[in-house]
Amino acid sequence: MKIAIPVDEKTLESSVCVSFGRTPYFLIYDVETKESIFIENSAATSTGGAGIKAAQIIVDNKANVLLTPRLGENAADVLKPAEIKIYKKTTGSAKDNIDAFIASELLLLDEIHAGFHGHEGN
Amino acid sequence: MRIAVLSGKGGTGKTLVSVNLAAASKESTYIDCDVEEPNGHLFFKPEGVQEEEISVKIVKVDNELCNGCRKCVDFCKFNALAYIKNKLIVFEDVCHSCGGCILVCPEKALTEKAKVIGKVQKGVSNEVTVLTGMLNTGEATGIPIIKKLLAENNPQADQLTFIDCPPGSACIVMESIKDADYCVLVAEPTLFGVHNLNMVFELVKLFNKPFGVVLNKCLDEENPAEKFCFENNIKILGRIPFDNELGSLNSNAEIAVNKNEKYRELFSFLLKTVAKEVRCNETTTNP
Amino acid sequence: MKQLLILSGKGGTGKTTIASAFIKLADAKAYADCDVDAPNLHLITGWNVEPKKTDYYGLPKAEINLELCTQCDQCRQNCRFGAIKAESHYKVDPFACEGCGFCAYVCPAEAITLVPAVAGELMLYSDREKVFSTAQLKMGSGNSGMLVTEVKKQMKSAEVDTGLAIIDGSPGIGCPVIASLSGVNMVLIVAEPSISGISDMERIINTAAKFGTKIAICINKYDTNIKNTKKIEEFCNKQGLPYIGSIPFDSNAVKAINKGQTIVDIDCTSGTAVKEVYHKTMNLLFEQGGG
Repeated sequence: MKIAIPVDEKTLESSVCVSFGRTPYFLIYDVETKESIFIENSAATSTGGAGIKAAQIIVDNKANVLLTPRLGENAADVLKPAEIKIYKKTTGSAKDNIDAFIASELLLLDEIHAGFHGHEGN
Repeated sequence: MRIAVLSGKGGTGKTLVSVNLAAASKESTYIDCDVEEPNGHLFFKPEGVQEEEISVKIVKVDNELCNGCRKCVDFCKFNALAYIKNKLIVFEDVCHSCGGCILVCPEKALTEKAKVIGKVQKGVSNEVTVLTGMLNTGEATGIPIIKKLLAENNPQADQLTFIDCPPGSACIVMESIKDADYCVLVAEPTLFGVHNLNMVFELVKLFNKPFGVVLNKCLDEENPAEKFCFENNIKILGRIPFDNELGSLNSNAEIAVNKNEKYRELFSFLLKTVAKEVRCNETTTNP
Repeated sequence: MKQLLILSGKGGTGKTTIASAFIKLADAKAYADCDVDAPNLHLITGWNVEPKKTDYYGLPKAEINLELCTQCDQCRQNCRFGAIKAESHYKVDPFACEGCGFCAYVCPAEAITLVPAVAGELMLYSDREKVFSTAQLKMGSGNSGMLVTEVKKQMKSAEVDTGLAIIDGSPGIGCPVIASLSGVNMVLIVAEPSISGISDMERIINTAAKFGTKIAICINKYDTNIKNTKKIEEFCNKQGLPYIGSIPFDSNAVKAINKGQTIVDIDCTSGTAVKEVYHKTMNLLFEQGGG
C-alpha cells in the first residue's frame, strides 16, 4: 500500500504542507517495503487547476491513500473515481502521520471545501 | 458615435453620468458593460425586454473514442483535464475554451458543448435603447458578454451610444472601451478617486482614445481631481456639484434629467460639450 | 489566525474607509488590500518604509519569432481569443492572449513560443511587528484572481504572530472577489442604501454564500436614504443575516481620508459609528461555535 502526503521538505521529518494543490513535494511511502520517494509537485506553479494536476500526479504514482489537511472539490473529483482514500492529517511530521495511519488513528477527511476554482487561496 | 464612461474607482458616478446623458439625448443607446453589477436597467426600467443567454464552449469527451493517450491532459495549460482509471474527466469551471485539446486528440474524442455564463437583455425606455449584460454569480469572466453587447449595438450614424463601463482598469474594462470613439472619465474629489483616475488616464492613453474628465460631487473646497487635470493638461468637460437632491434621486434609481428641469439643463449642457469634443476628435483622428 | 474580509458588491460604498478604521481600532498586525485592480489602502495606512516589491507573472503570452514566421495564417485562424493580428507582420496582442498555447502547437514553422509575462507587482510592507500585503495589477491584465491569491499568501508568509487579519476586498462578484473569499472566516458586507446598492448587495451575498462563510451586513451613509436603509434591514431579517449597524454620511470622512487619516483618527460621527460596527464584527468573528 502506498501513502501520499504533501510535504514542505524532502524528508520524513518534514512538516505536512497546508496546501494540497500547491505543496512543493509529495512523499510517496510504501508501507510494505518502507521505501520513500519524493516527487516535485509541478502543479505548484500552475496559474489554475492546481488541485487537478496535483491529484493526477498522486494517481499516476499509484498511491492508495492520501493524508492531507484539506482538499478542494476539483482535486476530490479526481481522487474519488481513482478510489484513493483520503484521511485528515494530524499534528506532527510526515513520519508521525504515517505512524498514526498505520495505527488506525486517523479519521477520513469528510470536509471537502469549495475549492479555489483556478484562483487558489488560503 | 460610441462614448465610453469609465472611472477607475467605483461609486464615482459612471452610471449617473451615462444614464443621464443617454436620457438627455434624442434616440440614443445605453449599454451596461458592468456585467458583474449592472445597474442602468434599474433607472431605465426598459420595456419590451428580449433576453438572450450567453454561453461559452466547454469541452466534453466521448470515452468510447478515447484511447488514453493523454495528449490532451499534457497540452492543457489550465489543468482542466485529468485521466483517471481509463476515463477522461473534464473540469468545466477551469476550462478556458481555447479548443486546443480538441485539435491534439488523435481519436477525435473531444467535442464542445455550451455552458451558459450569463445573459444580454435588450429593451426600450422612451427613446433610449437599453442593452444590459448580466454575468451569473460564480462565473470568472464577463468578457464574452461584453463582446456580445457591443456586437448587438448598431446605431444610426448620428446617434450616440453610451457605454457604462465596469470599475477598474483590468481586461474587462479594456474590452468595454476597445471600440469606443471617445472616453469620458468620471472623477470624484477624494484621495482614492484621484489615485484611481490616474490608472484609467494611463489606460485611455495606452489605447489612444480621445478623452475628457467630468468632475462629480464637486464641493467648494480644493478638488484633488481638478488639480490632477490641470497638472496633466486634461480637458475638463464639466462639473457636477455635490447635491443632496441629485444624490437622493440617484439612490432611488430615478433618472435626474426626467425629474427636474435644472438637471436636464445640466446634463444637456454636458452632452453638448461631450458631443462637440467627440466631433472635434473625429475630424482630427480620421482625416 | 481569523481572516475578516470586507466586500460590498457595489463600488464606492466605503470598504477601504471602513477597513482602515478597523485596522486602526484593532491595531491589526496583519492586513491586506485585495483590490488589486485599484488598490487604495496603502494611501492611508501610514507606512513610511519602502515595501518589498516582487514581479507577478500571470499567464504566459505567445510571442512570434518573425524570422521563422512564414505568414501561413494558421495561428490567427485558430486563435479563439482574437489575439493574433496580421498587419505588416504577424503579432500577438498581449492583452487578448490567454496563454493557451494553441498557436504554438499549430505553427508549422515552430515560430511561436510562450514567454512569461509580468502582469502586476506585489508589495509587502513589514516590520518586526506587523505586515501589510498589497499589489497592483498591470493595466488590462486578466487573472486578477491569481494575484489576489498571491497577496493573501504573501501576508501569511510573513508569519506575524496574531489572531486577526483584515482584508480590504474589491467591488464586483467576479474573479478577484472569488479569490479573496477563499479561506476567510467572515465577510462584512458594506451596503449603500440606494437601489443600485441593494441590487449589488444581493448579488455579492449570493456569491459569498456559495463559500459558506459567515456573513454580516452594515450600512454606510445610511442617512442618505432612510427608506432604503429600512429595506436593507428588512432583507437581512428575512434572510436571517446579522445586520450589525449603520454609519452616517459624514463629510468629515472625506476630509480625513484626503489627509491620509482614518475616520477614527479624528472626532467625527462616522468614526463614532464605525467603532460600534467594529465591536459587533469582532464579537461575531470570534464567537465560539460559529460557522
